[in-house]
Amino acid sequence: MTRPVDFLDLWVYLSGEPLLWLAVTVSAYAVADRMAAASGRNPFVNPVVIAVALIAAILVATGTNYRTYFEGAQFVHFLLGPATVALAVPLVRNIGAVARMLVPMALALAAGSVTAVASAVVIAASLGAPPAVLATIAPKSVTTAVAMAISRELGGEPSLTAVAVIATGVFGAVIVTPFFDALGIRSREARGFAVGLAAHGIGTARAFQVSETAGLFAGLAMALNAVATALIVPAVLRLVSP
Amino acid sequence: MVQAFAILLACQLVGEGIVHLTGVPVPGPVLGLILLAACLWLREARFSAGRTPLAATPLAGTANGLLGHLSLLFVPAAVGVVQQGGVLARNGLPIVVALIASTVLTLAVTAAVFVWALRFVRGGDGA
Repeated sequence: MTRPVDFLDLWVYLSGEPLLWLAVTVSAYAVADRMAAASGRNPFVNPVVIAVALIAAILVATGTNYRTYFEGAQFVHFLLGPATVALAVPLVRNIGAVARMLVPMALALAAGSVTAVASAVVIAASLGAPPAVLATIAPKSVTTAVAMAISRELGGEPSLTAVAVIATGVFGAVIVTPFFDALGIRSREARGFAVGLAAHGIGTARAFQVSETAGLFAGLAMALNAVATALIVPAVLRLVSP
Repeated sequence: MVQAFAILLACQLVGEGIVHLTGVPVPGPVLGLILLAACLWLREARFSAGRTPLAATPLAGTANGLLGHLSLLFVPAAVGVVQQGGVLARNGLPIVVALIASTVLTLAVTAAVFVWALRFVRGGDGA
């Protein structure tokens, strides 16, 4: 007695298992990374953007909600922690170069972290955004978990902060190469540090595709700016909306 | 590879533990990074004779693999954001304009100050 394959039953079984969405996430990224490599790492062919577009289309087509998707994708998401720790390896391998750059890093951190917060707040305020929106977007340049904590503490909307953070990261990662080429800034250390500071981990991911030096300085800027922004945001918000 | 992963996870675990106990306002993985860097630096500085160079260790291979595909690790969070993309659009023009203009400005100011400050680097050629 043979039974025909019941595809609906198979789908119902697989779509409830974390394996399916883990496989979809890694496969979509593999395709996106092939496309990015084939384009010669063209900044406009960003692997995050392509992978997200593919996955979002699949989720919409199959009527899958984000909670179900994340049950599988969380295994990939979890690796962000070990990847952050792994930055210690390029740091120690290039410790001499980093030590030489301490003064430029300190000055660029001070100027960049204040610019990131103050410009976002002042521009949004001048366009009529209310205080809650200002607190929401002020930490947009730092990594998601830290930005959401800052936003929550100061009366912002953490879920909207997460959207602003990812949008900032993707935008920064896409424009960084053509923008600095146009400005004539060639130092890999300066370019990496700027993109890590302005566009956190997604900018750092782009920098690592260009060179280990750029990636390392991006990673350092990302870590330093997470701390600096937590200190700066309350002061800037007090100045703009007392 | 397994050993390397154990080292990364152990450093993160210690970092998270210290953050939980002391409440220092630094993410646990960043403390883990500092801890691992201190250990590796000691290894380089004091026990370098007769050791495998850091670049040739399994830890370096695993670290390169993770960092080379850092983009992949942001995909799950970014998918969630796309699903809420409407929120950004509904909250309108001020947010979108502020994010774009502020990101461009931040890139320019940070890199310009960095390049300017290269003049203070000993033996630096200002490039």
